[in-house]
Amino acid sequence: MGKLIGESVKRVEDRRFTTGTGQYTDDIVLPRMTHAHIVRSHLAHARIRSVNTAAAKSADGVVTVLTGEDFKDIGGVPCGWQVDFKDGTTMHEPKHPILVADKVRHVGDAVAVVIAETKGQARDAAELVEVDYEELPVVTDATEALKAGAPQVHDDLPNNMVFDWELGDQGATDTGIANAHHVTKLEIRNQRLVPNAIEPRSYIGDYDAARDFYTLYTSSQNPHVIRLLMCAFVLELPEHKVRVVSRDVGGGFGSKIYHYTEEALVIWASKQIGRPIKWTAERSESFVTDAHGRDHNTTAEMGFDDAGKITALRVRTDANLGAYLSTFSTCIPTYLHGTLLQGQYTTPAIHISLNAVFTNTTAVDAYRGAGRPEATYLIERLMDTAAAEMNIDPAELRKRNFIPPFDGVNQPGYQTQVALQYDSGNYIAAMEKALETIGYQDLRREQEEARKQGRYLGIGFSSYIEACGIAPSAVVGSLGARAGLFESANIRVQPTGKVSVYTGSHSHGQGHETTFAQLVADNLGIPMENVEIVHGDTEQIPFGMGTYGSRSLAVGGSAISRSLDKVKEKGAKIAAHLLEASVDDLDFADGKWTVRGTDKSKAFDEVSLAAYVPHNFPEGMEPGIEFNSFYDPANFTYPFGTHIAVVEVDPDTGTVTLQRFVAVDDVGNIINPMIVDGQIQGGVAQGVGQALLESANYDESGQFSTGTYMDYAMPRADDLPSIEVSQNVTPCPHNPLGVKGCGEAGTIGATPAVVNAAIDALRPLGVTDLEMPLSPPRVWSAIQQASA
Amino acid sequence: MIPAAFEYYRASSVDEALALMQQHGEDAKVLAGGHSLVPAMKLRLATPEKLIDIGGISGLQGIQDRGDHIAIGALTTHWQLESSDLVQQKASALSQAAGAIGDVQVRNRGTIGGALAHADPAADYPGAILALNATLVIRGSGGERTVAASGFFTGLWETAVQDGELLTEIRIPTDAANANSCYLKFPQPASRYPYVGCAVAMTTSGGTCSDVRVGFSGVGESAFRDSGVENAMRGQAVSEASAKFAGDQATNGRSVLSDWSVSEEYRRAMAKVFAKRALLQVGR
Ligand SMILES: Cc1cc2nc3c(=O)[nH]c(=O)nc-3n(C[C@H](O)[C@H](O)[C@H](O)COP(=O)(O)OP(=O)(O)OC[C@H]3O[C@@H](n4cnc5c(N)ncnc54)[C@H](O)[C@@H]3O)c2cc1C
Repeated sequence: MGKLIGESVKRVEDRRFTTGTGQYTDDIVLPRMTHAHIVRSHLAHARIRSVNTAAAKSADGVVTVLTGEDFKDIGGVPCGWQVDFKDGTTMHEPKHPILVADKVRHVGDAVAVVIAETKGQARDAAELVEVDYEELPVVTDATEALKAGAPQVHDDLPNNMVFDWELGDQGATDTGIANAHHVTKLEIRNQRLVPNAIEPRSYIGDYDAARDFYTLYTSSQNPHVIRLLMCAFVLELPEHKVRVVSRDVGGGFGSKIYHYTEEALVIWASKQIGRPIKWTAERSESFVTDAHGRDHNTTAEMGFDDAGKITALRVRTDANLGAYLSTFSTCIPTYLHGTLLQGQYTTPAIHISLNAVFTNTTAVDAYRGAGRPEATYLIERLMDTAAAEMNIDPAELRKRNFIPPFDGVNQPGYQTQVALQYDSGNYIAAMEKALETIGYQDLRREQEEARKQGRYLGIGFSSYIEACGIAPSAVVGSLGARAGLFESANIRVQPTGKVSVYTGSHSHGQGHETTFAQLVADNLGIPMENVEIVHGDTEQIPFGMGTYGSRSLAVGGSAISRSLDKVKEKGAKIAAHLLEASVDDLDFADGKWTVRGTDKSKAFDEVSLAAYVPHNFPEGMEPGIEFNSFYDPANFTYPFGTHIAVVEVDPDTGTVTLQRFVAVDDVGNIINPMIVDGQIQGGVAQGVGQALLESANYDESGQFSTGTYMDYAMPRADDLPSIEVSQNVTPCPHNPLGVKGCGEAGTIGATPAVVNAAIDALRPLGVTDLEMPLSPPRVWSAIQQASA
Repeated sequence: MIPAAFEYYRASSVDEALALMQQHGEDAKVLAGGHSLVPAMKLRLATPEKLIDIGGISGLQGIQDRGDHIAIGALTTHWQLESSDLVQQKASALSQAAGAIGDVQVRNRGTIGGALAHADPAADYPGAILALNATLVIRGSGGERTVAASGFFTGLWETAVQDGELLTEIRIPTDAANANSCYLKFPQPASRYPYVGCAVAMTTSGGTCSDVRVGFSGVGESAFRDSGVENAMRGQAVSEASAKFAGDQATNGRSVLSDWSVSEEYRRAMAKVFAKRALLQVGR
């Protein structure tokens, strides 16, 4: 490896982000552009009797007003992943209408759109649209929605079921629980969260009649997939006549993976009115229309033998998918959750059965971690609870159950009970390092001392595993994905030796422009400034599956690596020709090809110039240096780690203060340590947010009671201590870079560590369980109940 | 987040503002720092047809030492109060309440007059204003009148300021209790408005509380003085036990606000905890 890989190079994209000169979709202003404002339902469930748009249509500046009737011939947005019922019945899949005509199914459902000359005029006229509703009974909780007589979200889809699903060996699991020496059981509510990307979703639809060509500017993590879904499954547009551009995007956390109805709306309506249309969500709209995350009701039981070894894990979950099926909603509670229940342990029998359920709520889909946080949360809460119940130290209990180290090369990958095969892992090493970093023995003594003074310190663990680098196309295809999950990378070497890299990955804050440039510059021995990373434009990038599931480097970076090999191979051929030597006699180092044992060499830019000025190329040698690669991984990658949280709880108020947080993660090889640290720290902050602060709540009438930051608590800087991060390195054995992915690890690991710590703090007061978020009133009530 | 259209007027004196208010009547709203009114307008919870901006009236600015009281102009910002040496020394509860509001941007724009006139049940200042025994100066077309803090907060979102009147000045007596005062805030994690805000001003002699005033913000429909706590503390040696006993009287016999995130029981309990803590803080 050269001198850039492994360096904490400062992020090249940050200059524009921190100086306000980025180009987000809402910054784009097109000639003759109009503005859309969407009229949304304030009710959670109601039949639409009529929509009167007459007054709005004649208001100042209004170009047109459209309603569900106008979209009757368009089916709506489908789901991207089919998970059928246990008995083989096809998944219940309502299309998500672009504007609803029959009935609204959640607060925020789109009923009409006003398109006007200015944003203000659209907003004003929207107030004049009159919708006559007939209110219907409401259900917002997944378990309630399954009960007989519950209100039906979709009249034609019985029992609010999307599908039922199971994984693992039920018989062996039941036996393992029945014969266990000790069984730990928890009722877990993994609460619903709002993703809260700092940039609200924003779209511009621009139809060019002269070329019969559509351009969609979108704040998306996934431009090619949006184009494919929108063209092939929603609007039936010719794909080669549609360009999707998604340049600077202000955060996604999953919520911008999916194809949203508003994207199709602005494209379709732009053709109707013959002008570009911009729609940008107001923050209040983001709260009720960006796909939410989590929302599982779970019963989890773990059996142990008398030596503290796990005998079985049994999980029952009702997963709330909301009113419509968002693009990846169905695979999150199943293939990204059920398949992770092995954790880091040798659990010999595992079974999950799950109901995916419709409710009168905003759609639920992947949110940073996506399924894996839910799996980790239940496993790691069970571990700390079991440790306390069996009076075994929680670190010790984990050590007794860890899968022994395996590198995936000399030792085979680890076959789990729940379909996956882990690539490589060294779980004990991460645990040992975390214990050492936090000073575990001293900390336990400090806890003892504090208790004597009436102070409640707690220590909580989380040893997580995740599956990322999503994923082999063949595997996901067999599991119902309606897409492949490879990545592409095109490398164009310009005549002067400058390099343009076109990646199908998408950066919305992660720092690809830096990491990928380091990778390329290091490999080619050229300065980073000579490398430009281009992403987010279907006209420029051959194809792309976008960024989510911590896949960019493991899959997108591996595709770049493949193209780099091709570039170097072609470069060597040209250099050999110029040097009148054989390719086999050349060494490539520091950006030049040298004839071994001589001082004869050709630099990268000399070779690239020759490639485009091929005056005396031998016959059969093509000019130019440009290569595209598609990389389809052999397996997921499996990052892991141990996180330890230290909290103090004020028993008078129920306030939980996070005092320390140690994260030891193993994400394989590292290209830019600073960016990895940043990803872990941001991820931990989000995980702590779920543990302590965040919760998306509906009241009995289906109103969203946490629709502003007055009620939805986000973590702020002063809620967090300085997060102590470090990494071990167990390379991924199956991709060329040996990397695993670090985007979600922090979020997955952090949440249970914090909750475990708070419960540990309060055990002397009799508290054994707490529901997230650990808001002061909730913790205080738990203390009152325990001491009552 | 675009407010409905409105007309904008900027007054350069209190008289001009009062004249504009008279002229436009109910259609108009006064704009000070805009940090309660503008968010409400952006959400279209407030749709005034006219705004009368008083922000440029120099006569409503500033903090003055008038010997027996400090005079604070209605347009004085939260940040000015938080950072004023005079207020820190003579009315620490007020500077602490100001410093606990929102974030730096909010404190640089928001004004004490706006906050008090707005009378948000969750606002920080009112409890401090009560504990500090302030006097509020109100001007209307008929002239100026003064109202004691105890008579200012008349209900949910309601104050003694009538239509067509402006709150112009807040007067804080420079007594010994106010020089020994504090404001403790226990913030709701999302909004960071108080679950409970408790202000205490106390005089002590030889470790015994000779007089005390206790005001609560964020607990009831409007801020209140809590005589139950005051009576239990007055005349007692300040100790952990006496402060707890006095604190435990907090909110007794009063109704307390609750919402989806906080029960009445919890808010009551927290009022007691923070009353005790505040009593101990100034009683040492
Ligand atoms: C993000 C954020 C966080 C906040 N956090 C807190 C907090 O933690 N605690 C807290 O207490 N507050 C908080 N606030 C509110 C803040 O204190 C406001 O500044 C204050 O409530 C209003 O003052 P203003 O000068 O901005 O008034 P404006 O918004 O301009 O006016 C408010 C109301 O008072 C009227 N008014 C204004 N001045 C006068 C006057 N002199 N006479 C008569 N009527 C008048 C207006 O007509 C309007 O009805 C927060 C606000 C924001 C935006």
